[in-house]
Order: sequence, then structure tokens, then C-alpha cells
Amino acid sequence: MINKILKKRILIPDRVSELTIHAPHIARNARPGNFVVLRLTPTGERIPLTIADRDPDNGTIVIVYLVLGKSTALLDTFQEGDIILDLCGPLGRPTEISRQGQVVCVGGGTGIAAMHHIAKGNYEAGNSVVSVIGARSRDLLLFKPELEKISSKVLISTDDGSLGHKGFVTQVLEMFLKENPGTREVVAVGPVPMMKAVAKVTSAFEVKTVVSLNSIMVDGVGMCGACRVSVAGETRFACVDGPEFDASQVDFDELMNRLNAFRSQEELSMKLFKKSNVK
Amino acid sequence: MTKKKKAKISPRVKMPMQDPAKRGRNFTEVALGYEREMAVNEARRCLQCKKDTCRNGCPVEVDCKSFIRLVAEENFDQAFRVIKDTNSLPAICGRVCPQENQCEGTCKLRPTGHPIAIGRLERFVADNFYARNSCEQETGFLECVMPDDNLKVAAFGSGPSSLTLAGFLAARGVKVTIFEALHQPGGVLTYGIPEFRLPKSVVQREVESLEHLGVEFKCNFVGGMSITMEELFSQGCKAVFIGVGAGLPRFLSLPGENLVGVYSANEYLTRVNLMHGYKFPEYDTPVPKGKRVTVFGGGNVAMDAARTAYRLGASSVKVVYRRTKGEMPVRREELEHALDEGIELEILASPLSFHGDEAGSLQKVLLQKMELGEADQSGRRRPVPLKGQELELETDLAIIAVGTGANRVLTQTTPGLKLNKWGNIEVNPSTGETNMPMVFAGGDIVTGAATVVEAMGAGRTAAREILKRLK
Ligand SMILES: Cc1cc2nc3c(=O)[nH]c(=O)nc-3n(C[C@H](O)[C@H](O)[C@H](O)COP(=O)(O)OP(=O)(O)OC[C@H]3O[C@@H](n4cnc5c(N)ncnc54)[C@H](O)[C@@H]3O)c2cc1C
Ligand SMILES: Cc1cc2nc3c(=O)[nH]c(=O)nc-3n(C[C@H](O)[C@H](O)[C@H](O)COP(=O)(O)OP(=O)(O)OC[C@H]3O[C@@H](n4cnc5c(N)ncnc54)[C@H](O)[C@@H]3O)c2cc1C
Ligand code: SF4
Ligand code: FES
Repeated sequence: MINKILKKRILIPDRVSELTIHAPHIARNARPGNFVVLRLTPTGERIPLTIADRDPDNGTIVIVYLVLGKSTALLDTFQEGDIILDLCGPLGRPTEISRQGQVVCVGGGTGIAAMHHIAKGNYEAGNSVVSVIGARSRDLLLFKPELEKISSKVLISTDDGSLGHKGFVTQVLEMFLKENPGTREVVAVGPVPMMKAVAKVTSAFEVKTVVSLNSIMVDGVGMCGACRVSVAGETRFACVDGPEFDASQVDFDELMNRLNAFRSQEELSMKLFKKSNVK
Repeated sequence: MTKKKKAKISPRVKMPMQDPAKRGRNFTEVALGYEREMAVNEARRCLQCKKDTCRNGCPVEVDCKSFIRLVAEENFDQAFRVIKDTNSLPAICGRVCPQENQCEGTCKLRPTGHPIAIGRLERFVADNFYARNSCEQETGFLECVMPDDNLKVAAFGSGPSSLTLAGFLAARGVKVTIFEALHQPGGVLTYGIPEFRLPKSVVQREVESLEHLGVEFKCNFVGGMSITMEELFSQGCKAVFIGVGAGLPRFLSLPGENLVGVYSANEYLTRVNLMHGYKFPEYDTPVPKGKRVTVFGGGNVAMDAARTAYRLGASSVKVVYRRTKGEMPVRREELEHALDEGIELEILASPLSFHGDEAGSLQKVLLQKMELGEADQSGRRRPVPLKGQELELETDLAIIAVGTGANRVLTQTTPGLKLNKWGNIEVNPSTGETNMPMVFAGGDIVTGAATVVEAMGAGRTAAREILKRLK
């Protein structure tokens, strides 16, 4: 059945899970960098989530979500066999992937899942992929085994030093770029402050850098303008012009401000959800 | 018409309305519709002209004269059939068409200031018909022909152009599938035009009546992404119609435009209409609530956004327009409704910049005062800035309704489709065919933002042509 959750894998209990969903038309046409918009109930909101992987033969896609507020908390109550009410995709422009040599893929937090599909696309295109991933501590690192399969190197950082470099992914990235001047491209997916920091690091190396922007979306198909971001001083729509943009041109501060637009309503929503969910 | 005759013409029958003081704060329909007797009286005013100019004023050529006569004779069902013969969405058209420029604008009684209220009669006939039941009444067609699965046609987008195309083809035995990107069909009728002007139940009923005819709706399917043109043709589709609209909102490219508190009318209206944000937190989608709201633009979209903001509890709503009231493209009737409800106009002004507080939220807008100069090519007097005259408006919610552009999703992902310089699809106007064989297009994606009934006309043209080729 379409939109049925075939498999649920808990990656970090109560925080991050992975769903494999039956959606043959999306699986057939999805490319790295694409996302879906889903809605869970008739009163629900539309939220975007990246397609972390796909299997066109079995007609499935994989999404990975971080429980943040009401909608993702509700999604977390869904189990194998449940059906997602509305699942629309693939959306967004696919990542531009060409055979070009060495590509560094940087992922932070849940962004690692989105980055995984891009890294895989680069690997399949014949590029040598270096994955740089970071999280607060080793238990929060996602997709490490999957990335090891497709990367020539997986470099790790943790805030607490429990695995790899103690510190931020940007420090690891900087060291790597210093030692490897031949890097052709850097792709970064993660929290906005991380992407902003990546852009700052790579600007010194003059290496093409692409970031995937997680602006607030409503329709996801270019009709509302909620997702607008300033790139090179111009207004662009993340859902149809992106979500990936040239990092050196993005106004990250404006994006961070816009992500807070509905903060108080989101908090109210979550509070009510928690209250109604107490058994 | 002689002077004497003119003097005898009785005024049009008044439309019952919800009281402005009350309706300005609720979302139920403003115009309540004619009662039976009112409709009959209004229809009896019709002269039944030998040369019925009213018909030519209608983009889908509703036989106004005949249906009005039938209303006068109280044969409402037959009247419905006459309308439905050329217009598949009468309950919608009766509510939102700019009648004063179309049928009513060409009515012989127009010079008296009291043309026949054709739109109100159309609405009455449709509502009256739908209020009852039976196969015919569900579908609006005398015979229910079940579609032939071998004659498959697909349409992208579920706005009025595709709905009309589907109605026409399905009634003639063609199997139509409509792919809609959003989770609910209807296009602008669903996500744009507010409930108080066009109740969603009216749209829903038209969709259901198409389903009864065998039309299949596939929501959450994005043309060019979830399913491509090639896939459809290889699955046996004989023709494809593109009716994806002109939903891409335009912005002003002014400083501060991306502050929190500045929205496109499309986002604002989508949050309210499609996502039911006005019922937050029962519904999950939040809507920005403004106290002092400023709307930029002068069309239907601007007025819908302004009236919505007022209903959501704004203490003042100002519509800023760079020309004068007389030049506003909004339907006259809706402008009057808005003014009655308490919407204010700030004419001859245009925005210069948006300013926020330290947290990045909108606080005020700076406006440039304008005056009207020489006429431009369109014949309208061009607004020119009045040097040094600026105006500051305190505002915590700004809504931009200065027009929309072609939706890009499908056209970007369908290489080979011929577009004009604005990104609209080029078609042969007499058939609706694009440069790709058996691919047709119509509605706002071809013309740029226009009207419901023009989109319907385009759907009809394409449907006629497709049928000719199929049979
Ligand atoms: C293209 C894209 C891809 C994404 N991919 C993933 C992914 O793979 N995994 C994942 O966990 N998250 C992803 N996100 C973020 C995800 O959409 C938000 O976490 C989610 O919408 C939060 O909803 P909520 O109701 O749970 O939280 P809320 O309490 O509503 O919001 C928490 C925060 O999430 C952001 N947010 C809220 N609503 C939206 C919205 N409609 N669209 C975007 N962001 C919003 C805001 O910054 C907000 O402050 C992606 C976002 C975008 C734009
Ligand atoms: C707020 C507002 C008020 C208006 N008021 C009036 C009025 O009073 N009177 C009047 O006559 N006109 C009015 N109009 C204009 C009128 O609504 C439009 O001209 C008309 O709806 C255009 O119809 P359409 O068939 O071209 O498609 P639309 O109604 O624009 O619908 C297009 C549909 O296609 C979908 N879509 C887009 N891309 C894809 C894709 N790739 N795949 C699948 N689906 C896709 C969209 O989600 C949308 O549902 C108003 C417009 C707005 C926005
Ligand atoms: S032009 Fe006016 S008066 Fe004449 S037939 Fe048409 S509606 Fe009646
Ligand atoms: S999310 Fe609506 S335009 Fe991008």
C-alpha cells in the first residue's frame, strides 16, 4: 500500500529514527538532494524531510527525522504498518553531481542522513568521497557504517571527544583541506550555524562549497514564498531553486532569523501535544 | 433604448448580505444568495433581447438569455442544464466571476446602471440544483456515461482549467486523471480564495460531481517530479493537459523584505485556507497574527488578504495601492464589501523599505507618495513618485500581493516545452496545443494570472480539441 511504513529503525532513542516507506513513484524519480513534504493527520501541517536513500526496485524511500516539535514528535508515534496520510515528492532540485575527483561531504547531526544520499550519489558517479561527520557525542553519530561503505575516508569529530577529533567538524574540515589542496568540492548539510561555519572555513581555500538550506516551507512546490532565502543578494525559493546553494553567497543570519518566525506557536503546539499524550 | 423606456427599468433585486459589522470578524459567506422569489423577480426583468449581447460577454458563452427565461418560468432544473452545457462550475462562477466586465457588462440594460444580475442568478440556479439529489443532480449530466478506460487523458494541476477539461471529457466517455501537487484539489479556489467568498464546500461538491463521472484525482503528485510526461504517455495516456497555474509569488526586492512579519499573499492565504491556520492550535499550521496590518496591491488577492487579516483579529488593515481607487483591478463588489467591513485604503503610495526591531521582526514600512502622470501604453495614467514626500506606517504584518508568476516546477522539468520570456507556456490559441504533440495547456500558466472563467474557457478549448483527435 502506498505511503505505508515498512520499517522503522530507532537510531537514537526518542530523538532520531529512520523510516522506510513504500512510495514507488517517489522512489523511481528521486535523486540525491531531493526531499518530500509529508502531512500526518487531517489537521496536520506540511513538513519537509530529506530523502536519505531510495530503492527504486522495491519502491521504497528512506527518511530520517529528528524529534523537534509537534509534527516530528507525532511522526515518532507512527509504527511499522502505519500509513502516512500525505507524502509528496520528490521535491527540490537534485544535487548537481559530476565526475570530478575528490569531494568532501560534511554532515552534522541529522544532516548526516541527508548528506548520505549526496555522498552515495557522488560515489556512484565515480568520485572519491571523504565524509566528515560530527555530533555531540559518539552515540549520536548517524550513518557511520553506511558512510564507511562509500567513502574513501570517514573523518569524525565529537563535541565531547568520545570519538575522533574533540571539537567541531569545521576544524576537521580545515585540517583536511590544508593537507589536500586537490579537493574539488565541499557539500555541507547540518544545522545552519554549522553550514555558516563551513562556508567561512572553505572561503579561505577557494573551493566550491554547496549547502542544503532547511528554511521553513509550506507547500514545497514554489507557490507560497515561505522558504525564501537571500542568495547573492537576491530572493530565491529554497524549495524550487534549491535547497542547495553556493555557500559563499548565502545570507545565513537572515535564514536563522526566519527559522524563528513561529517559535511561540510551535512551543504552544508542542506543549499541548505533550499534555494530550500523557497516559 | 428611448429615455422613457429607460426610466421604467426597475432596479436589480438586492443580494441579501451578512451584516458588515458581524461578518468582518467571521469566515462564513458574506453574500447569502437569492431566495426563490428574488431570483424569479430578477429574471423577469430580462428583456429577452433579440440580439443577446450578454452571451458574447461570457468567456465560456453561457446562454444567459435562455437560462434567465427558464428561471423566470420557474423551470430551475432546465435552467441548470442550459448553464451546465457550457459551464461546468456554475456555483463557483456565480460567486467569483468579474460579471460587471463580462455578461453583465454587455447586457443591454447596462446603460441604466441596472443590468440583469446574471451572476447572482447563475449562483441561485446552481445552489438550488445541488441542494437536491439524484445521479443527474450529482453529475449535472442527463446520462451518466462511464468512461472508457482505453481513452486516457491526464491533467496536471486541479484548478478551474483542469476541472473544466475533465468535466467535458468525462461526460463524453474519456477517462481523466488529475494530478495535483497539494493534498487537496481545486487550485486557487481551494488555497487562495477565502471561505467567506467561496465556501470550500462549493468547490468540494464540484470535485465530487467529477468523481461521480469517473474522474480520478491523485493528490500529492507533482507533475515533472512524481510523474513525468513520458511516463504518462508510455502508460497509454493519449493526451496531457497542463493547468498548473501561476502560483509563484512576486516580491518587491526592497530592503527588509525578508524580515519576520513580511509574507506573500499566497503564503498567508495558503496557511489560512488550505491549512486552516485560523483554527490553530486545533490545526497545526500557525498563521501570523497582525495587529496593524499593511497589504500591498490592488487586486482580488490583496483584498482577500486584507479581509482575512481583519477576520483574524487585526485592529486596523490598510491596503496600499500606487494608483487611485478607480484603477484598482479588484472586482468592484468585493472592494465595496471590504470597505464596508472596515478595510482602509492608502492610495497613491508605494513601499520603499521595511524596518524591523533588534530581533528581526517587522515594525514599520516606509512609503513613497505618488501622483498620477501621463497615460502609459495600457492607457492608464502612470504613477510617479512625489519627490520628498514619504510616509511611515507602523505595522507588524505586511502582506505582499503584487502579482504572481508562472509556476516553474513542471516547466523546469519538462525539457522541450516552449515557453515565452515570462516562463508561461506558449500554445496555439485555437486548440490549446503546446509545441509538444498531444500536450495541451491552459489557464494562468498560459495567460499569466487571470480569472477563473478564462481558465475554464481554456480547459474547454483543449478538451474539445482532444476529443476531436481521440474520436
Ligand atoms: C528541505 C528540507 C529538508 C529537511 N530534511 C530534514 C530531515 O531529513 N530530517 C529532519 O529531521 N529534519 C529535516 N528538515 C527539518 C524539518 O522539516 C523540521 O525539523 C520540521 O519541520 C520540524 O517540525 P516540528 O513540528 O516537529 O517542529 P516545530 O516545533 O514546528 O519546529 C521546530 C523548528 O523546525 C523548523 N521548522 C518548523 N516548521 C518547519 C517547516 N514547515 N519547514 C521547515 N522547517 C520547519 C523551525 O526552525 C522550527 O523552529 C528539513 C527541512 C527542509 C527545509
Ligand atoms: C487570492 C485569489 C483571489 C482570486 N479571486 C478571483 C476572483 O474573484 N475571480 C476570478 O475570476 N479569479 C480570481 N482569481 C484568479 C483565479 O483564481 C485564477 O485565474 C484561476 O484559479 C486559474 O486557474 P488555473 O486552472 O490556471 O489553475 P490554478 O487555480 O492556479 O491551480 C493550479 C493548480 O496546479 C497545481 N500545480 C502546480 N504545479 C503542479 C505540478 N507540477 N503538478 C501538479 N499540480 C501542480 C497547484 O497546486 C494548483 O492547485 C483569484 C486568485 C487568487 C490567488
Ligand atoms: S442582454 Fe441583458 S436584458 Fe438582454 S437578454 Fe441578455 S441579460 Fe437579458
Ligand atoms: S515552500 Fe512555498 S514556495 Fe517554497
